[in-house]
Amino acid sequence: MEKILMKGNEALAEAAIRAGCQCFFGYPITPQSELPAYLAREMPKRGGVFLQAESEVAAINIVYGAAGAGARVMTSSSSPGISLKQEGISYLCGAELPCVIVNIMRGGPGLGDIQPAQSDYFQATRGGGHGDYRTIVLAPASVQELVDLVYDAFDLADMYRNPVLILGDGILGQMMEPVVFKERPARELPPKTWATTGKMGRQKPNVINSLYLDPVQLEEHNRKLQRKYQEIEEKEARWEILNGDDAEYFVVAYGICARIAHAAVEMARQEGIKVGLIRPITLWPYPKKAFEEVLSRAKAFLTVELSCGQMVEDVKLSVDGRAPVYFYGRTGGMVPTAEEIFREITKMRGHS
Amino acid sequence: MNRIIIDKDRCKGCGLCIEVCPKKVLCFDDDVVNALGYHPVKAKEGCIACGFCATVCPDVVFTIYKEEKGGK
Amino acid sequence: MKLVFERPKSLQLTKTHYCPGCGHGTIHRLVAEVMDELNIKEKTIGVAPVGCAVLAYNYFDCDMQQAAHGRAPAVATGIKRALPDRVVFTYQGDGDLAAIGTAEIIHAAARSENITVVFVNNAIYGMTGGQMAPTTLIGQRTETSPYGRDPKLAGYPIRVCEMLATLDGPSFLARVELTDVKNINRAKSYLKKAFEIQLAGKGFSLVEILSPCPTNWGMRPVDAVDWVRKEMVKVFPPGVFKEPKEGNV
Repeated sequence: MEKILMKGNEALAEAAIRAGCQCFFGYPITPQSELPAYLAREMPKRGGVFLQAESEVAAINIVYGAAGAGARVMTSSSSPGISLKQEGISYLCGAELPCVIVNIMRGGPGLGDIQPAQSDYFQATRGGGHGDYRTIVLAPASVQELVDLVYDAFDLADMYRNPVLILGDGILGQMMEPVVFKERPARELPPKTWATTGKMGRQKPNVINSLYLDPVQLEEHNRKLQRKYQEIEEKEARWEILNGDDAEYFVVAYGICARIAHAAVEMARQEGIKVGLIRPITLWPYPKKAFEEVLSRAKAFLTVELSCGQMVEDVKLSVDGRAPVYFYGRTGGMVPTAEEIFREITKMRGHS
Repeated sequence: MNRIIIDKDRCKGCGLCIEVCPKKVLCFDDDVVNALGYHPVKAKEGCIACGFCATVCPDVVFTIYKEEKGGK
Repeated sequence: MKLVFERPKSLQLTKTHYCPGCGHGTIHRLVAEVMDELNIKEKTIGVAPVGCAVLAYNYFDCDMQQAAHGRAPAVATGIKRALPDRVVFTYQGDGDLAAIGTAEIIHAAARSENITVVFVNNAIYGMTGGQMAPTTLIGQRTETSPYGRDPKLAGYPIRVCEMLATLDGPSFLARVELTDVKNINRAKSYLKKAFEIQLAGKGFSLVEILSPCPTNWGMRPVDAVDWVRKEMVKVFPPGVFKEPKEGNV
């Protein structure tokens, strides 16, 4: 299969088209602008719909309409834009509509900067808007994985009638790497009998809705959503463990940070430190099982993030007090070097 | 004779039909309280089947038939 | 016997939650009659707003989506772009369309989205209990303008049709008062034209209907209709503000 050198944002866009994305609605924001630009060029040529909306709020609500009409639909943005989309994401979850939302994270809070960050972890994994809901969150660490996870994102969205977030960062979006677009057999997915396509002879109208004025009904709706989220937690958690077989210490990192952390792990191995890397691929559901696998021999964990410490809370929840959990983070668009992380690994060993 | 059918359980007693009726054949039925808790409208004889009541009625209470010429 | 009037098929049998004398029921019926006459209910998708008409999805016998407050034109855009051969309409009140959803309506109009907007202007927020709306008249008392709307504090009412008529996008813009038989019939003819324009692929159409809200205005239904006729039309003059050049569709 042919390898193509592509920028992360453009590879993601190409993968979306190949995964059957029929509609894209977005609003310009750095550092993800290559993605809509690519789709603006390609979608009309390949039978798809591209529309630049007047705002992030409009874009996510256009996504709601198209998803409700049964289309495979995607939007993309970066941190401040994702904040604006939270209204729509809450409605999409309430009405159980499938879609893919890309967040190429940048530094915050507020307008922040346009450098890479991972400081939207809480927002992505805890719902983000109002109400008890979850979105599936996928965190690729390479352009190839970005491409592969786009296909999965659309399938998972359709399987569970739920929005799926692809959480990248400015580095991943901007960097060029060789990618292969693998042909994949179509997965069997439930038919969208709920979609508002016009009744077309159907007995009853279909209604896309998140309003349940009767609290008894709304509680039942929430219980149904929670059962779905539980099923997702049981079935869909994904992770990778590197250098883990004999490891006594573990670094935990996701996305681009995991790449740097892995280099640090290799450096530590050269020094004879038995350290491995846990790389969550799904951030929600969080791969707690990865920790169960290693906890019997793990002496300590070090979480590394491009934030002031967000995923570390999930690491602590997973470890549940059975080993010390340390944290190292850079923020505001600053990225740690492998040497910095290596020093933290040696500190971790010293502590325990 | 023209026929005016009133779905009394839908009537909310707003009275817009009573006001608009050119022949003043509609009035509230003070002896009846419907399922919604209102005195619904009732029709006396003399309806000309103009359909004005149905046009202004927000609750689609009326169904109206007009006797055709020469018909029964 | 000749049938003069019956319930339109595009309206479900459900009783509405609207207050006595509220214009929404009449406007629902008119939209349903137009769907019947154009034989489009099987391929129509409506978008319900937030506000008094939030439950419109229980009343129309067509597929419906319920949108976030003000976002109905965006939701309708998504439906129409995904399914261009279907008929798509939004049903929105003044708070929804002219306050929180101002951006969405202006840009849907500017893009000439091929959708139909039913805009119910009753100069007040109904569902939340009678607060000042963007279309509340100067001097009008509401829960949040208890001394009457003072333009120095709360600005002036927005004339949506006139504002949208400055754009090249819209194909059909009309305003009508829901006061008497003649005007209710006119409202229906505008609605029908608006849907016909969409069916002809001619782009964005909007019908603004000045409608009574007896409960929140604190009036008897008959007096509320009178208030539309005497006060609202002074600020919101009825008429056709934009129509396709050829005149017919």
